[in-house]
Amino acid sequence: MDTVKLLAPIVLALPFLMFFVLGLLGNKMKPNVAGILGTCGLSIVAIVSYFIAISYFWGFGRVGEEYSQEILFNLDWLKMSETLPGLTIKIGFLLDPISAMMLVVISTVSLMVHIYSMGYMHGEEGFQRYYAVLSLFTFAMMGLVIATNIFQMYIFWELVGVSSFLLISFYFIKPSAVAAAKKAFIVTRFADMFFLIGILILSYYTETFQFLDLTAVSGDHATLVHDRMCGEEFFGFLPAISTAMFLIFLGGAGKSAMFPFHIWLPDAMEGPTPASALIHAATMVVAGVFLVARMFPVYFFEAADVLTLIGYIGAFTSLFAAVIACVQTDIKRVLAFSTISQIAYMFVALGVSGYTSEHEACLGYTSSMWHLFTHAMFKACLFMGAGCIIHAVHSNEMSAMGNLAKKHMTITHITFLVSCLAIAGIPPFSGFFSKDEILVAAANKDTVLYVCQAFVAGLTAFYMFRLYFRIFWWNENESYKHHAPHEAPKNMTVPLIVLSIFTCFMWIEKFFPFFPDKITADRKTLDLEFDSVIAGASVLVALVGIGLAYWLYKEKNDKPDAIASKVKCLYISASHRFYIDEIYLFVTRNIIFGGICKAIAWFDRHVIDGFMDMLGWTARESASGIRDVQSGNLQKYALGYILGVIIIAFFVFCSL
Amino acid sequence: MSNLLFLSLFVAVPLVMMVILFLLPSDNKKAIRYTMAGGAAVILALAGYLTVDFLGEYNPENPDQFLFTDSAEWYSGALNIHYSVGVDGVSVAMILLSAIVVITGVFASWSIEEKTKEYFLWFLMLSIGVFGFFISIDLFTMFLFYEVALIPMYLLIGLWGSGNKEYAAMKLTLMLMGGSAFLMLGIFGIYHYSAPQGQDLTFNIIEIAKNHSMDIEEQRLFFPLTFVGFGVLGAMFPFHTWSPDGHASAPTAVSMLHAGVLMKLGGYGCFRVAMTLMPDACKEQAWIFIVLTGISVVYGAFSACVQNDLKYINAYSSVSHCGLVLFALLMMNQEAMTGAVLQMLSHGLMTALFFALIGMIYGQTHTRDIRELGGLMQVMPYLCVCYVIAGLASLGLPGLSGFVAEMKIFVGSFKHADTFHRFFVIAGCTSIVITAVYILRVVGKILFGPLYKVDKIQDTYFYVSEHNGEVHHNKLRDAVWFEKVATIGLIVSIAAIGLCPGWISNMIAGSLKFVNELFK
Repeated sequence: MDTVKLLAPIVLALPFLMFFVLGLLGNKMKPNVAGILGTCGLSIVAIVSYFIAISYFWGFGRVGEEYSQEILFNLDWLKMSETLPGLTIKIGFLLDPISAMMLVVISTVSLMVHIYSMGYMHGEEGFQRYYAVLSLFTFAMMGLVIATNIFQMYIFWELVGVSSFLLISFYFIKPSAVAAAKKAFIVTRFADMFFLIGILILSYYTETFQFLDLTAVSGDHATLVHDRMCGEEFFGFLPAISTAMFLIFLGGAGKSAMFPFHIWLPDAMEGPTPASALIHAATMVVAGVFLVARMFPVYFFEAADVLTLIGYIGAFTSLFAAVIACVQTDIKRVLAFSTISQIAYMFVALGVSGYTSEHEACLGYTSSMWHLFTHAMFKACLFMGAGCIIHAVHSNEMSAMGNLAKKHMTITHITFLVSCLAIAGIPPFSGFFSKDEILVAAANKDTVLYVCQAFVAGLTAFYMFRLYFRIFWWNENESYKHHAPHEAPKNMTVPLIVLSIFTCFMWIEKFFPFFPDKITADRKTLDLEFDSVIAGASVLVALVGIGLAYWLYKEKNDKPDAIASKVKCLYISASHRFYIDEIYLFVTRNIIFGGICKAIAWFDRHVIDGFMDMLGWTARESASGIRDVQSGNLQKYALGYILGVIIIAFFVFCSL
Repeated sequence: MSNLLFLSLFVAVPLVMMVILFLLPSDNKKAIRYTMAGGAAVILALAGYLTVDFLGEYNPENPDQFLFTDSAEWYSGALNIHYSVGVDGVSVAMILLSAIVVITGVFASWSIEEKTKEYFLWFLMLSIGVFGFFISIDLFTMFLFYEVALIPMYLLIGLWGSGNKEYAAMKLTLMLMGGSAFLMLGIFGIYHYSAPQGQDLTFNIIEIAKNHSMDIEEQRLFFPLTFVGFGVLGAMFPFHTWSPDGHASAPTAVSMLHAGVLMKLGGYGCFRVAMTLMPDACKEQAWIFIVLTGISVVYGAFSACVQNDLKYINAYSSVSHCGLVLFALLMMNQEAMTGAVLQMLSHGLMTALFFALIGMIYGQTHTRDIRELGGLMQVMPYLCVCYVIAGLASLGLPGLSGFVAEMKIFVGSFKHADTFHRFFVIAGCTSIVITAVYILRVVGKILFGPLYKVDKIQDTYFYVSEHNGEVHHNKLRDAVWFEKVATIGLIVSIAAIGLCPGWISNMIAGSLKFVNELFK
């Protein structure tokens, strides 16, 4: 415990230091030196994170029946109120099962991405800048998950947002990358505004930012929130708790790309592929799930209506994104939509979850976190595999690929296949277990959600294997004659292997002992039971999806086009992402920009400023009218003088 | 050293510099510049010393909010005008801000070749006015320094400006002088009721506040006059239109000083004179000004989204940010007002940085139209990275100063639970999104993206423009040393406040403890 306390600050301090060193001095270093420096720094962070997680789960964390919540350090940063000590923003480290798990996820994926990027980004201009921003991102993400108070989370929430912006716009000469970065930042910022308002409402009533106070539970209430906010109304008619919690969820929905804020994530693929793997697949985009999990007691006890809504929003998003993923042709976009769909699964799981670990009531919570972990590993692996493929064929488009299995890309091929099997939910790969638990949880709570999610599981298997067959089977591409694809260098393949080892063996408890039974909403351990009926059903659905993909895409044929032309309407609207982007574009460009902003600017120049100019004009004109009086003409003055005397004399006489 | 002398140094040093500058030959530009840099460094050192000294002397239990007070009689007898000085946490913060902006402003004006001596003379006069305003606690002296600070603007814009400079200079001066007219009425009103009947009238702020002898009827008349008078300088809607034109035409360092410091005079005056001396009317009429400043916040931000001139964008952004300052002051509690002062600091620093950078870019490309620029990150990476940092500070990124100020404002403002306040606070929150829109619009257009109208000839970049049928090639370069000094100074200050805001926030909050009592 003491050692952990001593080491804990490293998790934040070292990436921050790396960011400064690489950011300020990076240009003076050789690219390789910068890369190795960043990777070494991150290795230390990873070792410390593993050490903290392991000693927490097997050591001091366990107190009696449950896991404790430890605050390793908590420094005052800014007092928000002089009288209420709870309203102080602190920078601290809250260690509990979910933050310990997130430490492992972030440090693992981040380290793999650091290593992988040494190969992938080799020779790119701005290599040092890339590593500096990666360090900034790791710093921000770590700070987000270990936050002891909601404002600390918000601070790091914004910082991950900006590092995401900087990584998406890494190729800043490309207009599409710049547009994507802007879009990502503004959409998430829009959602963050709701998050901020939610925090303001919550802290106004509870007078604290601290998670330990906010999520304290006794009996069946989140005590503090219940006492302070129950029956309160916001704006006179909105129930305060539900409003605040819903707004906070909207913040999470923005970062996690839930409908209708999902539009930024597919475009974010303009960034370098390893950055997409880290930020837009494994870590940052699950921040919303983490946020809901962190505030889970409040959602469950005090805002159950919002929690149910979260489940339905998740279900809709997962279906919506999965349908779009089936028709995309850019392999990174397929993966992006798949990410949206899988994160939505996690929200569904939270939405159907209970609180206590008795009788598996909190299975949804556990499976959500478990899926977060497994998804981070296999999706990062898929993205990095996609990166190897893109390097080999110099294109993101499926049409430039095909039959790559025979082109000596063995490692990429096998790891990609393993990850595809995992995401499709085929045992014994990790995704099967986590997804199966989600389906069990959904089936226990809500049949509609179960059916929807089971169907999405089939779709997932279909589009992932469509991707797989299309890349690795299909027929040989013409362009290979000019440029034969080859396997990536070792520093790119080793991360793939490491991540697929996670994917293959995460289910063996001896090998990977802290999951998933130790992560529960009430922090007690859970006895997981295997539901063979639902497991069998979901494997069957997955196999149908894979079979369909095999039938359509195992070799070059006309069947896909024929089917597409039969459901032309659906196909076209799905490939245009159901025109959501166009709607957004219309609203922002035509209504807000063209309507409101232009009108205000016109009003300002012509009405407000026009009025000021008119004042000036009036003064000048009346002055030039009067100035003739002062003509210097003696006769005129004499006339004026005499007239004045007469008038005064007249009044004087009248008054006598 | 007596307090009077110590605080007067802030006025005396620029005055001595003016004398030295006056004696130097006008063609010895190097000497002029180094004198300026040296003097500005002395002022910065003084401001640093003052801050440390203040923090050391300051005791949270101390009921007197002002420290280092002292007074010298100026006009004796009936008028009772004094040269009284004194500082509290708020004015110390403002003095520190002014000192930083002045020294960076000197470096940003390093390349002025035309009438260098005269330029710096007026520049110094402006700083005398600013420092004098912040150290005075006598209304008459304050007003005097206020006018001293405003008048050089006319000449600085009219002579060294660009574009439609005569119009802009005239407009700015007239509008601000119009504000001063209101202000003078307000100040005389305050003076007239400054003491209970039978006692000597006074201009001293501390005494007026202590006497509190103005009736609510009189306050109702003089509060709006004073608040609007200062509000004009604080760019309050609808009296803000001098700001875009004035900034657009002003030379770089003048824009920096004007947006960075001079506009703070408005907010500071609203707080120090209008609100604390007439609290009863303030409570009564606050809603009117909350509506106006609330409009400023959103309106300025929306207007900034469609401007094409970089300086117009930042001028409207200043309308929005300064609107937030006044808005927060009107929330009348310690937290929001602390946020307001922090916002003044933060806005001062980042707007100074913005205008400095715009000046540096404009100096090379001779255009500020964002439609005419693109891809500058490849040409001048140093300046562009600074611009991105300024932008991030402006949109409230944690770790930079804007975030601290905005969050304090929002949390403080949220203490008012009625629908009226809630509505305007939430409307104010939307500005964080709109700000992001116009900042990223500029960053995406002029810094990122492909090169536009830029030619690369043998490793040197040229900006190609066409004027009257002639094609001009302007050489482009990255920052030179004095530009680096100016930008680094500002960025370090922004980051220092953003990373460890505790000390400065506590210093300001300590001096604002009395407001909770005052506006109860």
